[in-house]
Amino acid sequence: MAENTTKVIELDDVVIRFSGDSGDGMQLTGTLFSDTAAITGNDIATFPDFPAEIRAPQNTIAGVSGFQVHFGKIKIHNSGDLCDVLVAMNPASLKTNLKWVKTGGSIIVDEDSFEEKIFTKAGFANNPLEDESLLQYNVIKVPMKRLTREAVIELGVDNKTADRSKNMFALGMLYYMYSKTHEHTFKFFEKKFAKKPIVIEANKKVLMAGYSYAESVEAQIPAVSVPKATMPKGRYRNITGNVATAWGLMAAGEKSGRPIFLGSYPITPATEILIELSNHRSLGVKTFQAEDEIAGITSAIGASFSGSLGITTTSGPGLSLKSEAMGLAVITELPLVVVNVQRAGPSTGLPTKSEQGDLLQALWGRNGESPMIILAAASSVDCFYAAFETAQLSLEHMTPAILLTDGYIGFGSELFRIPSMSDLPEIHPPIAAPNSDFQPYKRNPETLVREWALPGTEGLRHRIGGLEKTDGAGLVSTDPHNHEKMVKIRAEKIKLIENRIPLQDVYGDDEGDLLVISWGGTKGAVRNAVENLHNKGVKVSHAHFRYINPLPRNTREILGKFKKVLVCELNNGQFVQYLRTNFPEIPYIQFNKVQGLPFTITELCDKITQTMEG
Amino acid sequence: MTTRINNTIEKSSVPLTKDDFVSDQMVKWCPGCGNHAILNAVAKVFPEIGYKKENYVFVSGIGCSSRFPYYVNTYGFHGIHGRAMAIASGVKIANPGLSVWIVTGDGDSMAIGGNHFIHLIRRNIDVNLLLFNNQIYGLTKGQYSPTSCLGAVTKTSPFGTIEHPFNPGELVLGAQGTFFARGIDVNPKMLTGIMFEAAKHDGTSIVEVLQNCVIYNDDVFEPILNREFRDDRTILLEAGKPMIFGKNRDKGLRMNGYSLEVVTLGENGMSESDLLIHNPHQNDPGIHLMLAKMSQPAFPVALGVIRAAKYPTYDDLMEDQITTVKAKSKIKNMDDLLNSGEIWEV
Repeated sequence: MAENTTKVIELDDVVIRFSGDSGDGMQLTGTLFSDTAAITGNDIATFPDFPAEIRAPQNTIAGVSGFQVHFGKIKIHNSGDLCDVLVAMNPASLKTNLKWVKTGGSIIVDEDSFEEKIFTKAGFANNPLEDESLLQYNVIKVPMKRLTREAVIELGVDNKTADRSKNMFALGMLYYMYSKTHEHTFKFFEKKFAKKPIVIEANKKVLMAGYSYAESVEAQIPAVSVPKATMPKGRYRNITGNVATAWGLMAAGEKSGRPIFLGSYPITPATEILIELSNHRSLGVKTFQAEDEIAGITSAIGASFSGSLGITTTSGPGLSLKSEAMGLAVITELPLVVVNVQRAGPSTGLPTKSEQGDLLQALWGRNGESPMIILAAASSVDCFYAAFETAQLSLEHMTPAILLTDGYIGFGSELFRIPSMSDLPEIHPPIAAPNSDFQPYKRNPETLVREWALPGTEGLRHRIGGLEKTDGAGLVSTDPHNHEKMVKIRAEKIKLIENRIPLQDVYGDDEGDLLVISWGGTKGAVRNAVENLHNKGVKVSHAHFRYINPLPRNTREILGKFKKVLVCELNNGQFVQYLRTNFPEIPYIQFNKVQGLPFTITELCDKITQTMEG
Repeated sequence: MTTRINNTIEKSSVPLTKDDFVSDQMVKWCPGCGNHAILNAVAKVFPEIGYKKENYVFVSGIGCSSRFPYYVNTYGFHGIHGRAMAIASGVKIANPGLSVWIVTGDGDSMAIGGNHFIHLIRRNIDVNLLLFNNQIYGLTKGQYSPTSCLGAVTKTSPFGTIEHPFNPGELVLGAQGTFFARGIDVNPKMLTGIMFEAAKHDGTSIVEVLQNCVIYNDDVFEPILNREFRDDRTILLEAGKPMIFGKNRDKGLRMNGYSLEVVTLGENGMSESDLLIHNPHQNDPGIHLMLAKMSQPAFPVALGVIRAAKYPTYDDLMEDQITTVKAKSKIKNMDDLLNSGEIWEV
């Protein structure tokens, strides 16, 4: 803590952006800071922003790697847009990230890296630390490289090793500035470098040197305290959306008693789900890294046929490749979870950037009448629950389901209040009993769900496949009336699911001048914007959709109670088009952003205000 | 057949007959189609293989061959074009207690499903694949396929194909196949023998069946299979036996330098002891590749089990890995996982 407590400013929330060269260890620095903030009682949300290139040339714009953390005493809905503090370890990271710094915000730079040949490489004509271009910021110039080397000189480590812990100097400074303690980070060093005691010592010394340095130049650095958040009691952990997705699926496996089979092909930004599930052979998880996207989904369909919860994970271009096979799962009426971690398209597009551009593909991107259940996760933590529910609906209704997440919530992390498995609902797949009077398309009259007859079971031998079958007996049929009947049954079966999913809720008044609508991964930003406006006395409501197909059964009723409906989405207007198709009478206004970037709270507030006035 | 099948798939406790596998569906292949004989062979050999009838699963893709699952009374999955190999991989990995049979054609597995075909083989997943090779697309009515001979005149190659065909055996061995056999639709006894060996083999068993399409490619195998000279133009390879063929059992295969050579017994001092002894079990696939590639007119076409080498299967390795990791891991359920790693109380 700062010695002079009168100088400590108390804030509700703070955004810090760590940035540097790919090799500067910014992901680790950011993670260590967020873990410490979380452990000391703040709510957090994080987002890593790294380049597509694995190791771009040193000190270039292409090689800039960033990690943003938003922490506070209030509920943190997203990783924040503009930052209060930017840590820039080299000129390229300053160049790239300056646009994300609040006016008057602090910028901590390693001034040792601002040599002419390095700042010109980053595209600066002059040294930005010496001209007047940064006057609107509180620039804290730190000779970080030199001070880091000095801090470890007594340990006798070479300069190369010393330079590698430069990031810890910056971390130490931030720990001072935000009144955080170093215990968690020290423990991390001790575990991580257990076999290299000198590296443990060096990192500790550099971290403390940064801490002391910040204290000594206190005049320039305001010490800030972000009090503990008031969070529900419980056990917490930090979790990324992709890991949460994997765990939600595994939880559904455990609750249904069905083994998990993942068929998947690596693709950014979905690969982490495959990686995570590959780690859990101990829970019987079978992962199959397929030769392509099509083998990923078709192997999963095969696994579902033989009694597992078949899953495939992908991103946009991969979803396109899986289209035909999704139709096969629709017509065979098998459970299957397709996770699409959306990225900016079309085609390869912006692989590491986020977008909500695959909604219409998920809804309608298959040949024939081919409806699927679609859910969209609202946040990193919600990926756990949304994945669980997607699997639950697919298993209990015997039909494939798509879970839409996106790169932003997939890579981002949040605090996760750890649930007990006993709090989650049981899942009851309709498995046919041995030697029963099973027929492939004999249905539950209320839900239209067919039974699942697992190969190996006595008395249930049957054939299903991509050819249209008769209802009931499941024989190959080209009868025109039977086909129409089956098409309608498959559509009705999905529609009936609206009876079991929750009603859509509205945040704020349930009628009024303006309803703001969002879906999927933008919930945090939109809710934050609406909350900000509420704090200013603005009357605006927010409905965030997680259930896309079927829509909650009260959707029309909700929409009809507002004079204007503003639909915010990170695409060119796909959800609004879907709503227009279903509820054409509603006066929709669109707010679309297609830059591969999340919404900022500022732009949402501006748009909402402007819509209310307009 | 003197050998027994010995694996973990549960056997039937009661003797089964051909009737246990005959489906009540009308078989809609053309009269005279080679598929009928293959279907018959399957129904005949399955009781001999002896698994519980519920443990057999047929998986197919698209094409005439791929209607097969509807015509045999087992669990069946009729997939989409080219993907039977991937679907079947999922079926078997998810439940290794099943005997999984893929039925596919030369278009389904060599063209649209080529990628899945080679990767199935590379992984050595313990399934059996019956490749009905008629060198033509039948269901779409007569276009050339990846196995049609160079120059074949078809609906889409009115001036003859200008593509070099795949020899499926060569592709199988190139993909590190552990089992490859070739049979013919006109010799059901040979087919059932091969199918039995395929079932017995632990790993991906590929059975190519030279199958006649009476409508679009009739008699394409006549130059090899006509009864008049079939014995002179084919050789049935049998494990442990010298490679002898010919109507009069007077021809044989020997190694001459680095190449195979056809010799006549009794000529130039050639006797049985000069001939190669067939060993399908040797790991080195060198001779198996030469045998699979043999073609008319220089060589007889090889039939029977050409290769059956022992390698670990994907599904066994998967189960072993799960057992090993389970034994070591402290995480026994989802509650354990959720509460593992860095956690804290509020």
